[in-house]
Order: sequence, then structure tokens, then C-alpha cells
Amino acid sequence: MSPKEHMIMSSANLPSASPAAGKPVEHQGKLKAVNLNFYYGAYKALHDISLEVQANKITALIGPSGCGKSTFLRTLNRICETIPKTRVEGQVLLDDEDVLRVDVTALRRRVGMVFQKSNPFPKSIFDNVAYGLKVNGFRGSLKDAVEHSLKRAALWEEVQDKLQKSAYALSGGQQQRLCIARALAVDPEVLLLDEPCSALDPIATAKIEDLLFTLKDQCTIVIVTHNMQQAARVADRTGFFLLGKLIEYNTTEIIFKNPTKQETEDYITGRFG
Amino acid sequence: MTLRNRWRQSLSFFMLTLTGICAVVAVSLLFLILGDLFYNGWRSVDWDFFTKLPLPPGETGGGMANAIVGSIEIVLLATIMGLPVGFMAGVYLSEFGGKTFAFLVRYMADLLNGVPSIVIGIFVWIVVVRRYHFSAYAGGIALALILIPITARSTEQFMNAVPQTLREGALALGASKWKTIATVVVPAAYRGIATGMILGVARISGETAPLLFTSLNNQFWGAGLRDQTASLPVMIYSHAMSPYDDWHRQAWAAGLVLLIGVLFANVAARLILSRGIAVQK
Repeated sequence: MSPKEHMIMSSANLPSASPAAGKPVEHQGKLKAVNLNFYYGAYKALHDISLEVQANKITALIGPSGCGKSTFLRTLNRICETIPKTRVEGQVLLDDEDVLRVDVTALRRRVGMVFQKSNPFPKSIFDNVAYGLKVNGFRGSLKDAVEHSLKRAALWEEVQDKLQKSAYALSGGQQQRLCIARALAVDPEVLLLDEPCSALDPIATAKIEDLLFTLKDQCTIVIVTHNMQQAARVADRTGFFLLGKLIEYNTTEIIFKNPTKQETEDYITGRFG
Repeated sequence: MTLRNRWRQSLSFFMLTLTGICAVVAVSLLFLILGDLFYNGWRSVDWDFFTKLPLPPGETGGGMANAIVGSIEIVLLATIMGLPVGFMAGVYLSEFGGKTFAFLVRYMADLLNGVPSIVIGIFVWIVVVRRYHFSAYAGGIALALILIPITARSTEQFMNAVPQTLREGALALGASKWKTIATVVVPAAYRGIATGMILGVARISGETAPLLFTSLNNQFWGAGLRDQTASLPVMIYSHAMSPYDDWHRQAWAAGLVLLIGVLFANVAARLILSRGIAVQK
């Protein structure tokens, strides 16, 4: 049995995995935000965001620092709940199911995340990738599954001889791809990336962008970036955030070539931000 | 060079010298104590010291085997009782603590840390000894009360030093909060936590006052943990206060053995910590 089949089986065994897991329907709304508001204490960080992420597409969220794009991303897998005194209003729907009704650990298994600063665990490369499988009660060959994930993240060639070495022995770009491999190991339906290349050089960035193209057949990708060229290169659809509001959301081509809003055009052409 | 500059430079030189002298005094105190103990004690640390019982006053020779074993018993009891409670409380403070209750627990732990150890001895005497008997158990309880707040606070601090991004990484993979703590946060902080624990145990193994009221002392092998039990710190106290030269000699030896044990634990703790928290900077 291939590692992939293992994973599909294991996800079928988990009670809260959706029936559509593994075979999303093309180009449908996979993830939807409906009138989403977000508060840090009394401060309102997101204003009435409604946005539909299409399945098997790459969606980029751009905007100046502090515009709420990362905050928005963090509401999608409810990781925002780790910060005390925050509050969400409105809905996030995953396959038309309210994420607040889904068990949070099951939700995060279906909606993986890669963070701005690579955050490998202080463990070996192997244990880093195997971590998500272990905590989700994966039965089967960990070795095969780890190899499969590292190959999907285009890291296998570089690390196959040092799987037992500490993850901290890797370079910054490799660490970030390790974090992607770690997220892919549990076979998520959606992958959220929060400025994954902001600390990487152009070569490492190019590797990760290539990777995103190969991944989008298998999962839905949402990427936050403050690099507009990156959004233009990788994304099918792009949303522009400003001061906690979603100003414009459309295909990448329209956003970059023919935006309808003045603010979007100002930002794209570099007049501010 | 102007007068003003010269004044500045001489003041700077004077302050440097003053702080330097104070630093030397601070460090040399330890060496003075160590040297004194070695000078007076090393001749008496022989095989008999570790294997024989104390002799009645007037007779020369004998050892402190019962006090060495007793100390180990009492400290072990305190460790078994105190470390798990302190560790878990530290985990609570760092990972689960809300606002009011965590503040209260933290404040109480700091207060408990500052309570004179003799007060803790009297407390355990009232609560335990008066009802039952002087015993190793009572000594262990008294020392555990000192160990718990030390362990809780050091565990909390080292777990707080683990970056939030690591917790988020585990949570984002679908790990529950408890799994995240057990498999990521504690392993990342274990060196610091272990160091805090060793230093805590080293600290309680030298405590005398709480034991005077709880395990008391014993010139012979006690009848188990329910009986009054000899320990090195109390033995040092009783022997040093006695008018017999040979007992003084034994007290020096006991002090030396105790200090070497505590020093050894401290060095071990520093060695573990010097390898750093297992987290990338």
C-alpha cells in the first residue's frame, strides 16, 4: 500500500474528517468567510470580510503591514484562539460547515498552516515530519509517510541521508520546506501559508513557489504575502486588504492589470504601502 | 588634559577598583568556607565516617552512616512529594493560568519561597509531628513544602522561554493543547526544568531548621521512616554545639561531605543548563 493510500485510510478512520476528504470537487468554494469581524480586545482588526476560496486554486492575500491579512488567515484554522482576549464574529465555512462546529483538532488537521518564521520542533528531521501523524494516531509505516511528505515538499533529496539529525542543522529555506513537509504529512485539504518566504533568499523563495504549483492539484492553498510580485507569480486569485477591510478580491490578472478600486491601484503601483 | 577630565578619569578608576574589590570579596567567601571545611574536615572523612554509627561522647571514632542514609531518605521523600506537585503547578502557571488565579498562585509561591524555613518546620511540627511522631516522613513533608514553590517557579520560567511559534506549530497540526505541552513545550524546556529541579533538591538537602522540628535526630539506626531520623544538617548542628572535641571533628567532616554533595549537584545543574535550552535562537 502506498503512503498516500495509508493516509487516505487514516483520514477515513478519523470520525470528524469530511467525506469529501482527498477528492475535492474542482473549482468550488472550499473555504468561505461570511461577514467576518475580528477583535483584539476592544480593537477591531477585521471589518466584515466576506471571501470565498476556491478549491485547488492558489489564493493570495496582499496588503500593507498591519492590514489584517495574517489575522484573517489565522481565523481560518482557528489558531487565532491561542491569543487571549480575541473574539470572532461571523462565520468561516469549510465545505459549507461552520468551522466553529468542527472539533478544533480535526479542523486543523484538515486545514494545515505554515508560519512566517520557520518553526521546526527541537527534534530530528524525521520526528518533525512524523509529529502530525503521531498526534493524529496514524497507523502504518511512518517511514514511508515521512519519505512521501518530504518528497512532496521537494526536500527529500537534500535530507535523505540525515533524517535523524536535528532540524536546526538545516538552512532557513530548508527549514521552511521542512515545515511545509510537516504540514503536508497529515494530508490537509487546505494549506495556509503566512508569509512563508519573508525570511528567505530569492533561490529558496523560487523553490517554495515552484512547490506551491505542484501542490495545488492536491490541496487548496491560501498564501499571505507582502511581496506583490510573488502574488502575481503564483496566485490564481488575489485579495487586497487595507486597514482591516477587504478592498478588492478577484482573479490575479484583474487585480494587477485592471483593478476596479482606486486603493488597489495605488497599492499595486507603489504609491503607498 | 583638563582638570574636569582628570577628575572624571580618577572617579572612574576609583569606582572600578571599588566594584572589583567587592567582587573579589564575594567570590573569596566561598573559597574561605570551602578551605576552612577542607582544612578541618578532610582528615576525618574516612571509611568509618561513611560506615559506622556515632559513638557516645568520650569515645573516639565512629561515623555518621545513619545520618547520611537518613539525609538521603528525607530528601528522597521530599523529592517524591514535592517535584511532581511543583512541576505540575509550574506547567499550570505557564500554560493554563488565567489571570486572577494564576496571579494568586504565583504570588503565593513567591511568598512561600520567602517564608523562613524554621517557620515551615514549626508548621509541620504542629500539623504532623504533634499528631503522630517525629519521623522521616515529617522531615520529608517539611522539605517538600520548601521544594514545591522553587520547582513551580523555575518550571514556569523555563516553559515561558519556549517560543510561542513552537506551540502554534504543534496546534496547527491538530495536536491538542495537552499533547502540545507534553510533546513539544516540555521537551524543548526540559534542560532548564531539570536544572531548576536539581538546584531545588540541592537547596533543601542543606536545610537544618525544618528538620529540627520534624525528623529530629537519632544516634542509632531508626526503626524505619516512621521513627525519628538522623540527618547530616541536624547532626552538624548537634555535634558542633557539643563540648566534645571528637564530635567537633565529626561535625567538620559532615559539613564537608554535605557541601561537596551540594556543590556536585550545582555543577551538574550548570553543566546541563550550559548546553542551552533546546530551542534555536
